[in-house]
Formats: sequence, C-alpha cells, structure tokens
Amino acid sequence: MTRLESAFSKPHAAFVAFITAGDGDTAANLDALVAGGANVIELGMPFTDPMADGPAIQSANLRSLAKGTTTQTVLMIANEFRARHPDVPLVLMGYANPMIRRGAQWFAEHAAGAGVDGVICVDIPPEEDDTLGPALRAAGIAPIRLSTPTTDAARLPTVIEGSEGFLYYVSVAGITGKQQAAIDSIEANVSRIKQSTDLPVAVGFGVRTPEQAAEIAKVADGVVVGSAFVDLVGEFGTDAPAKLQELTSAMASAIAKARS
Amino acid sequence: MNETTPNSFRTQPDDRGHFGEFGGRYVAETLMPLILNLEREYRAAQADPAFAAEFDDLLEHYVGRPSPLYFAERLTEALGGAQVWFKRDELNHTGAHKINNCIGQILLAKRMGKTRIIAETGAGQHGVATATVCARFGLPCIVYMGAEDVKRQSPNVFRMKLLGAEVVPVTSGRGTLKDAMNDALRDWVANVHDTFYIIGTAAGPHPYPEMVRNFQSVIGTEARAQMLERTERLPDLLVACIGGGSNALGLFHPFLDDTDVKMLGVEAAGHGLETGEHNASLLGGSPGILHGNKTYLLQDENGQIDEGYSISAGLDYPGIGPEHAWLKESGRVEYTAVTDEQALEGFQLLCRTEGIIPALEPSHAVHAVAERAKQMSEDQIILMNLCGRGDKDIFTVAEKLGVEM
Ligand SMILES: Cc1ncc(COP(=O)(O)O)c(C=O)c1O
Repeated sequence: MTRLESAFSKPHAAFVAFITAGDGDTAANLDALVAGGANVIELGMPFTDPMADGPAIQSANLRSLAKGTTTQTVLMIANEFRARHPDVPLVLMGYANPMIRRGAQWFAEHAAGAGVDGVICVDIPPEEDDTLGPALRAAGIAPIRLSTPTTDAARLPTVIEGSEGFLYYVSVAGITGKQQAAIDSIEANVSRIKQSTDLPVAVGFGVRTPEQAAEIAKVADGVVVGSAFVDLVGEFGTDAPAKLQELTSAMASAIAKARS
Repeated sequence: MNETTPNSFRTQPDDRGHFGEFGGRYVAETLMPLILNLEREYRAAQADPAFAAEFDDLLEHYVGRPSPLYFAERLTEALGGAQVWFKRDELNHTGAHKINNCIGQILLAKRMGKTRIIAETGAGQHGVATATVCARFGLPCIVYMGAEDVKRQSPNVFRMKLLGAEVVPVTSGRGTLKDAMNDALRDWVANVHDTFYIIGTAAGPHPYPEMVRNFQSVIGTEARAQMLERTERLPDLLVACIGGGSNALGLFHPFLDDTDVKMLGVEAAGHGLETGEHNASLLGGSPGILHGNKTYLLQDENGQIDEGYSISAGLDYPGIGPEHAWLKESGRVEYTAVTDEQALEGFQLLCRTEGIIPALEPSHAVHAVAERAKQMSEDQIILMNLCGRGDKDIFTVAEKLGVEM
C-alpha cells in the first residue's frame, strides 16, 4: 500500500492539511499539523501570481517569497519532513510555472527524491497533461486533479482519466478561503463523482471549523483545510505551531467522531 | 485574400489552441468548462453571417471604420528614407485599437446570454473600450486596474467611471496589468455562471489569443486593401508596438503569407534591456506558463514572475501573446525593443512633424520606424499601426519633460 492509500484506508475520513512552504517556521508548523492529527500534508509551493487563491494564501505566498524561498527550499523542506515523518504522505500543491521551470522531468525526479507522494498543479488541466503528467507518473508521483462544481457529468471522465492518489473536489466555484458550499450540494457531488471512480474523494475550499470538517467527513473520503491554517501562520508567526496543533487536534477529533 | 499554402503562417493555432509549443489552455479546472464552452460559442458565431454583419455594422457606424491610411509626408521628409505610412487606429471611437476587440467580445457575451462583464486594463484604453461597449449594450462592467496604473492613467479612470463602470484598484503585486489580470481571473472563477471576461489582448487561454487576433485583424485587412488601392503595391515593412500583442497581430496577420512584407514588433525596453527594468518578454525573457498560456515571460530561475517596467502602462506586462512567441521562433517576424527615452523622442517627433499626439505605446513604434526609415530607400514603404492617441499620456509626458501642469 502506498502512503496515500493507507491514509485513505482509515475508519474515518483522511484529514488533509495545507500550509505554504517557507511561510513562518515551516518545519515546526508541519510537525504541529502531524502532532495534531493530520493524515496528509499538502505543502504549497509559493508563486508570485497565485490566480486561484484568495487573500489568505496570496499573502502567505508573498511572505514566503519575500523571505527568499526558492524551489530548492521547498524540496529541502519536503526532504526533511520525509526524514522526520516516514509514513505521512506529502503532496506538493502549486502553479505550473515554478514546476516546469527547470523542466518537468527535473521537477518530478527531485520531488520524488525528496519523498513527495503526489502533486496538485492548479493550472494544468487534463487537456495539457503532457506538460507535467507523464514526468510525474514516470517518477512514481501521483498527479492529483481537481474536480469542481463546473465539472459536469460529460467532463468528469476526462478529469478522472489519468488522476491518481485521490480526487480533490473543490466545493465552491471560486478562490481559496471563501465560504463553504452547502453540505447537501457537497454530498450530491461527492456521490456523483464516486459513481465514476474508485479513487478516494477529498473535499476542500472554505473549511474553517471542526464542525464544518465533521460534516464533510460524513460524506467524503477526505477533508482539506488550508486558509484557516495559513491565517494562523500569518497572525502568529513563530508562535504559530501551538495554535496550529490546537486547531488540528480539534478538527481531527471531530473528523474521527463524524461517522459514528 | 491570400491563398492558404501548406507553409502558411496563417493557420495557427491547432485545435487545442497551440501555436507550435506555445499557447494552450492552462487554467484552473473551474474555468476549463467555461473556456471550452466559449470556444464552441465562438465557432458558432464565426459561422453565423448575422454575427459578422452586426460586428461590421458597429465597426463602421459606432467605431468609425475603416480608419484612414495616411502618408506621413513631413515625417518621411524629416527622416530622409523610406516612405512612412500610418494606419490611423488612434482615430477610432475611444482613441485606440482596443475597441475593435471589445465590439467582437461584447457581441459574443450577448449571444451567450451573459449579464455581467469584467475586464483588466493597464493603460486604461481597454478598460475605457470595455466600459464603452458595456454602456452601449446596457451591461454592468467591472474593470480591474493596478493601483499604480490608476495613478498614472487617471484621465482614463475618470472616463471609465463616466461610462458607468466600476473601477477596482488592484494592490497585489506591484499594482500593474499582471496583477489586474490575476484579480480579473479570480473574479471570473467566482462568478462563472453570469460573467463574461473581455480580455484586452491576444493572450490568455485558448480561444482568446485567436479570437482577439481575429477581431483585430480588421486593421490589417483594411490596411492591405487600402495600400493596394493607393500605391498598387504592398508595404516593405510593417511596424507595431507590443504589450500583449493584439494591435501588432491585427496588423500583421493578414500579411503573414505575403513573403516580401517584413514585420517588426517593438517591445518596451524601459530603462534599457541591460538594466533588467523593461518589458521585453521576447528579447529579455524565456518560455513559461502564466495567465492561461505558455509563452515568453519575464521570470527568474525559479519560475517566479518578474514585475517588469515601462513608462507606458499599456506595455507594462511581463508576458506576450503566444502567437508572437511562435512567430519569433519561426523567424517570420523580427522583434526589437525601444527605451522610455527613445519612445519620448518618437512621441515628440510625431507631434511636431505631423500634428498627431500619439499614445506612449505606439511612440515606441515611431522610434523604431525612424531608425529603420533612415536605412531604407525612398521607394520603399513602411506601414506603422498608430494604434492609440496620446491624450491619456500628457501628464506622464509633462512630468518626464520637467513641465508643471
Ligand atoms: C494605445 C495602446 N497601444 C498598445 C497597447 C498594447 O496592447 P497590444 O500589444 O495588445 O496592442 C495598449 C494597451 O493598453 C494601448 O492602449
């Protein structure tokens, strides 16, 4: 079983936690997320032009870049995380340009070498899979795709074809950090997607509280939380780990209890 | 019309929107179904004679086309070389070529039943043109404009407001065109059901680069016919400035298969290519992915986008339309870059020799024309796209010339 497969084989939904690499004390922040009970880590690669992100993650990207974060920094953070946490799956999330800058193959091989399990590239749709997908698969990294409320039944098979690891259902048409969608619409969409694929379906965008996380954990295979953590890093800086662990624990126990 | 030969330069892009290795559709999944639908709707509109008829009618009676083809006699004399001719798109309603494209896109928006229009703008010319067509068709209009550009193009900000548009100053990044485009894309993902995004240049995800080029091709199609009628020959050299590249493609595209016609695209060299403070994506950048397409970008070794710089807000963009990236690599079009200072010289030269105050964007092209004309003979013809007028720029120019207003 791969690390991602075991994370999605627990009796409860997998808890997927996102923070931006190079923002705050990233190693300590990641350790806090794991200690609090996150099952999968999504590590954001900062980009100057994060078109799909709201103000929280935009600011995190800028804070990180202002500190001089490079692609090498991100890979080093990943590599050190892997050494500390051999069993926790790690997914890189970001935009195409930094990923392909030195060539798709360079990126895929170095990410694999750093112990990365999956890559989510926001602005490479299935239609442009050639740009990065083949290099990731050759390196043994799962290309994780996004499905959205605008992905209709006719298009869904295109998104699923070539996806690996899990499918990320973005519950609102919009940017990160805004409101959450209504739970019945999430439930309907998740069950629609699950009719077409055996991949686990994780749901994110706008999840900020343990209550919201628990609602989603009842109907999906995974819950993704990002802006809420990123906001804590922005607000508390080097004091963020304690806050992150507190919120993660509350969410993890809500998720663990959700299906009982 | 030209024949389309197997070696034609006029058959791009392919059906996935690729111009060679450039172009494509690099957008978030939320937008992907929308741009696929946009492409279907655009193809249907292209096949509908009523769409073309309405477009042509508005261009004639509302925009004021065809724009004149003008022989610049005194400038030609002053330069002492090739004859200089201008395609006078600065005489269009709203003062630039941008309106040609906006008419096309608003007709498409209407056809698709969209009820809310968004746009990005740099110099404000595209914002004004979008606000104008929105007023004309009674649709609400939101224009994203970098906070820095709001300052340096204040006359256009007021124009947009007069026309009923909401202007949203964008403070992310350095507050210029790139950042405005990011925020327009963010608006679009959040308002997919009712919103049409009118992109102002031949860039962005497919089908925008092709669609904008086609709407702007009215410039070159008219100019080619006018030139043949007036001089019974084609020009030797076409010259146009390049921000995203729409006015240049509009002029160039109908001539691409006329093998004797050379073409020169003029990028903004800002303080000079060697200073790193410029917007010459082709001459000083490298291939990458931004704003929906693969193209030449100003970027660092980690793929982070550089801000770039130009005196001219309309050229202040760190990317370029993907068709130009392909035309450069294929060798069909030559590209050069002109500094702020040289553009200011071009600006003043045209004011004094021809009584035409050009926008700062085409002032870059005027400088390149002046250089080339001197090296060419009197029986040769240069045709430049005079794509915008300079009213919006007089405050910037006054400041640079040390004049208090
Ligand atoms: C007068 C004028 N010329 C040129 C441009 C640059 O755009 P493009 O390269 O698409 O023609 C602008 C953009 O605002 C403009 O206002």
